[in-house]
Amino acid sequence: MLSLVVLSAPIILMYSWLLVASFSVRITGLVPHGFTLENWRFLGRALPNEASIWTTTLNSLLFAFAVGILEVLIGSMAAYALSRLNFAGRGVVLSSTMVLHSFPSVTLLIAIFLVLRFLGLYDRLAGVILVKLALDLPLGIWIMKGFFDNVPWDIEMAALIDGCSRLRIWWRVMVPLVKPGLLAFGIFAFLSGWNEFLLPYVLLPSQNSQTLSVLMASLASEERFADYGLVTAVSVFYILPAVLVFALTQKYLLNIFSGGVKG
Amino acid sequence: MTLPTERAIEARGAARGSFLRRTLAVGGYPAFFLGPAVVVVLLLFLVPAVLTVVISLTNLSVATGLHKYRYIGIGNYAQITHSPWLVLVLKNTMIYMLSTLSLFNVGLALMLALLTAHLSGQAPGVFRVLWMLPRITPSVIYALMWRWFAAQPPYGTLSQILGWAGVPGANWMNVHPWAFIVALNGFVGASFGMIIFSSAIAAIPHDQYLAADVDGASPWQQVWRITLPRLRWPILFVTAYQTLSLLTSFEYILLTTNGGPGFYTTEVWSLYAFHLALSNYFGNTQFGLGAALAAVLVVLGLAASAIYLRLFRFGELVAAPKIEVN
Repeated sequence: MLSLVVLSAPIILMYSWLLVASFSVRITGLVPHGFTLENWRFLGRALPNEASIWTTTLNSLLFAFAVGILEVLIGSMAAYALSRLNFAGRGVVLSSTMVLHSFPSVTLLIAIFLVLRFLGLYDRLAGVILVKLALDLPLGIWIMKGFFDNVPWDIEMAALIDGCSRLRIWWRVMVPLVKPGLLAFGIFAFLSGWNEFLLPYVLLPSQNSQTLSVLMASLASEERFADYGLVTAVSVFYILPAVLVFALTQKYLLNIFSGGVKG
Repeated sequence: MTLPTERAIEARGAARGSFLRRTLAVGGYPAFFLGPAVVVVLLLFLVPAVLTVVISLTNLSVATGLHKYRYIGIGNYAQITHSPWLVLVLKNTMIYMLSTLSLFNVGLALMLALLTAHLSGQAPGVFRVLWMLPRITPSVIYALMWRWFAAQPPYGTLSQILGWAGVPGANWMNVHPWAFIVALNGFVGASFGMIIFSSAIAAIPHDQYLAADVDGASPWQQVWRITLPRLRWPILFVTAYQTLSLLTSFEYILLTTNGGPGFYTTEVWSLYAFHLALSNYFGNTQFGLGAALAAVLVVLGLAASAIYLRLFRFGELVAAPKIEVN
């Protein structure tokens, strides 16, 4: 137990420091000097040379929700087809999914940038959402296929014999059965969208479309980095939704790794 | 087997002619279910992948623009092999991957899994959540927290703690950049292995340990002789998976040392490609050269994953559905 606490000390230290610093006038090492709410002024009025925090937050929320919902919807459809339908080219689709999933996707940023410019989606939130989907779907389909694989065939056969179409079966029978897994996966996708930095950083340069991660990066790189109070407060503001979502759903989420999500 | 009702539904749908029904009638269910995913992945993953190789054979850069570039064959690849930085960047990439993987992603993860396995009640859950925190924290903030942690006195926490022991303060990230790069990547990576190993340990029948106790085996012997042999495949899996992700991950380095301090001290291959192609200090970003560097990574990644697929018996994973319903 003691060794675990020592190993985890940097984590505990850094996160508590962040929280304390955001409410302190000044902080030196671990010692805060004076309590203040002044660091949180950015909630009321926009920071100099920055868009309003609420516009930026809205962009992040839109991005994260779109990624979470679309990844589950599109991914689970494809996963269902790969798990249950027999069609020509199934093997090809499956193995290319597997290869893409282990593909060094960030190395494609240059080419993605050019494709988005060609499609007229560069510097558009929708474009970055599509890119994020494309990069994450192969792994997602692979994971969700596992959920469907776990549902006994008899259930689907019974529904087919009762005269259900495959579409209806997917939506009315299969999706409800694997819902816990899909939800857990969706929450992970949401978190990953909320945290995403590199894609919006490269593909969404203008201020009105920036996400919280890009705002944080610009705060961190300027001389304002020295304004610990402000930067820590924005950090807490950004980190809080992710930590809350995780804390509320973690029992559920950790199951996805250990293969405990069953239909 | 084909169910008559299904055909009937399809035929009726085709006659009605809505978009959904038409898709079903033309491509059948596979086209409907797979369509959206295939279109998105094709357009923004597969096309860029092919494009990367094509661009790597040109001298495309900001200077040439999108119209005046030309085909230069393997010129970029030749330039890479002649680059004076090649050895340094390769060495950095090896240091980064090997130390992060062995010390943290597998080493620390194993230690955490073993240590939490012997706790009871709420404690294991608490530690698991604690170690998941770095993973769910936005990378920008996570990197900042380490920068603050390592900052020079009077601000840095580490300087203050070491100061109590009489060590003069410094900006520790500049003093030991590699230690920090490896640790801050490792603290994120460790949770993946920790969870995989923990569930593998939980699956080991408890009577094996009871029997070992009766035989008088020490805790160390139990770990060595019972637990570790059962973790062989999980360890292999984590190693395989994390090698690939480390090979291409440069986000945390970009956000902390950005390849520095000084010249290319912590510049790894993928970051080098990123710098050349997308964020060049001199304003002339070289798409072609960057794409060539990326293409090398792609080949390495594909080779590695081909080996892993063989190792993990891909054939069994893609076995066809048991009953043919179409």
